[in-house]
Amino acid sequence: MTTISLKFSSAIQSKKSMPYLLILPAIIVILGVVLVPLLFSFYTSFTPFKLTKPDSLFVFIGFKNYIRIFSDMAFWEAFGRTVLFLAVVINLEFLLGLGIALMINKITHGQRVLRTIMMFPMMFSPILVGFQFKFIFNDNIGILNNALQSLGVTDQAIAWLVDRWLAFGAISFAEIWMSTSIFAILLLAGLFSMPQEPLEAAQVDGCNSWQIFKHITLPFIMPFAFIAMTIRSLDVARAYDIVDVMTGGGPAGRTELLWTMIARTGFDNANMGRANAMAYVSIILSILFTYYFFRKIIAARKAMGGDA
Amino acid sequence: MTKVTLKNIVKKYGNLEVVHSINIDIAHNEFIVLVGPSGCGKSTTLRMVAGLEDITSGEIKIGDRVVNDLAPRDRNISMIFQNYALYPHMSVRENLGFGLKIAKHTEAVITERVDEAAEMLGLNELLERRPAELSGGQRQRVAMGRAIVRNPDVFLFDEPLSNLDAKLRVQMRTEIKKLHKRVKNTIIYVTHDQVEAMTLADRIVIMRDGFIEQIGTPLDVFNFPTNVFVASFIGSPPMNLIEATVDIKAGQRGNLLFPEDIVIPVPERLKNAVKHGQKVVVGIRADDLTPVNHGIDDASEKADLNLTVHISEPLGTETILFCSIGEQEIQCKMLNPYPVAADEKMKFKLAIDKIHLFDHASGNNLLGSLNG
Ligand SMILES: Nc1ncnc2c1ncn2[C@@H]1O[C@H](COP(=O)(O)OP(=O)(O)OP(=O)(O)O)[C@@H](O)[C@H]1O
Ligand SMILES: [Mg+2]
Repeated sequence: MTTISLKFSSAIQSKKSMPYLLILPAIIVILGVVLVPLLFSFYTSFTPFKLTKPDSLFVFIGFKNYIRIFSDMAFWEAFGRTVLFLAVVINLEFLLGLGIALMINKITHGQRVLRTIMMFPMMFSPILVGFQFKFIFNDNIGILNNALQSLGVTDQAIAWLVDRWLAFGAISFAEIWMSTSIFAILLLAGLFSMPQEPLEAAQVDGCNSWQIFKHITLPFIMPFAFIAMTIRSLDVARAYDIVDVMTGGGPAGRTELLWTMIARTGFDNANMGRANAMAYVSIILSILFTYYFFRKIIAARKAMGGDA
Repeated sequence: MTKVTLKNIVKKYGNLEVVHSINIDIAHNEFIVLVGPSGCGKSTTLRMVAGLEDITSGEIKIGDRVVNDLAPRDRNISMIFQNYALYPHMSVRENLGFGLKIAKHTEAVITERVDEAAEMLGLNELLERRPAELSGGQRQRVAMGRAIVRNPDVFLFDEPLSNLDAKLRVQMRTEIKKLHKRVKNTIIYVTHDQVEAMTLADRIVIMRDGFIEQIGTPLDVFNFPTNVFVASFIGSPPMNLIEATVDIKAGQRGNLLFPEDIVIPVPERLKNAVKHGQKVVVGIRADDLTPVNHGIDDASEKADLNLTVHISEPLGTETILFCSIGEQEIQCKMLNPYPVAADEKMKFKLAIDKIHLFDHASGNNLLGSLNG
């Protein structure tokens, strides 16, 4: 007893262990809420675990879940669609956000108001955004078809949320509508922090506006763009709510993304083990994207003369 | 031939007029320096010449072209900024060659001109570095190199040396002067440092609050300041300015009555410019008021003064002595100095012929300005 308390007090006094002791509570909490569930879910991806059959948790089936999903065309389709969705959404958001940021940067009066208005779409729940666009794109009662028909552009109802590519476009549109302002606001921050003198030097050096943008402004704000891309790639890779509300991944899996598939597999089909296996594949995808954009950020910052 | 002409140039920001109808004629190859205290409109004027700032009214000509409405890129000028304004994401080589690349010169031409400029400015070793990896002096040289390679009609400098330490500033000053000798382009140079202005300029433009106070060669503005502002701005230490009253008895040459009953005869060359009872400001350079045997002794007329030294500032070859006449603190220069004790009473000689007289109310030189 005495030796233990002695050891303990000497451990407290030792300068080296003090910091570890102080972060111990945080470590315990993190272990409890992050690491244990993580390991547990990882384990379940090697079992045929079904929420309805608790016993199945203790049946070890090795890589069977992974083999199963890798040989499933529907999974690869969802995987490919997710990557395409990421690429389309992030690129378009970047271009639109850049345009908005450049315009707002030029405005002298009412800039604050516009900046706030620009953020509005982000203030809504993605579920509500999903519903909003579901009703806009609805082929019978949607205002889009209504408008197109009234204007005489078309005389039949376009099946916006039924056709494979139209639905993909509609969902991308909703996602872009909601989140372009993340790009806009970060790029605007970049433009605000930009030193004015190199721009003036470039003017004197003979550049027209486009050349200044291409050679001076763009390199300067690229690190900001990559930060936005990192954030958005994580965001978009786990896209679920908007898709689920607008199409539910259907019809017939035509708009299935990784996470709508995972949710269906895990909850609707109660196949938690396989769902977790898919989730890990999806997480690896996210990690790859994050890694890629981080490399880009570091490279871009180095290029701007910073030390990464 | 690249003359630069500013005619009745006015600059307003909203309702605030910061440059008031100024006129400057700059000759081909001339090195002109705009100097004045902070906020007097030097940068604004320079930036109007560069085209970075709109002209409210008036006309700027570069060569024979009116450039009022030309974009900076069409004016064939180079500008060197106070903060260097290098492109942070380009190497020194790319920085130097950027203007040529934009002008669509071939790689061979760019390389040749960049190497030539790098040679001239001692940048050969640094060509592959980024601006972040350079010292302040090196960045300044890159900024100059970037201006040189384009071989513009006019160089514009906006306080290029103010971010450098004192020693480097002197060194770069010499380099700029050498540069001008070599490239022989018209240069407009802005500074608030009168020493820089004096050492570099062919002609100095002294500005205050958006007005031009005087334009002239360094020696002109030093020897014939048009008003008390120029007198106190040019020269170091600044010219002593002391209020006095003119006292002329009929038929006599007349005296200047100072506080503390100090009386100094009116200099011969100024005797027609004053009348009895007039209040004047007397300008005396520290060099012209020196302790007996410790100043330059030439044949000109001298007056004796007894003053008490409050503080002395030894500079090596000379010592600046702080005395006072009445309420007015004045500075005197002591050559071949010995250590001066505080509150030591000393005998001074004043070179009477070197003093300047200004009108008390307007501050203008009583001889009028040199250039009318
Ligand atoms: N964008 C602006 N809007 C309003 N006033 C301005 C603007 N830019 C400059 N001014 C004013 O114009 C005047 C001249 O400014 P300028 O920059 O030309 O001074 P300067 O002589 O270069 O001073 P310094 O030595 O400090 O650089 C100042 O009073 C300044 O406050
Ligand atoms: Mg300035």
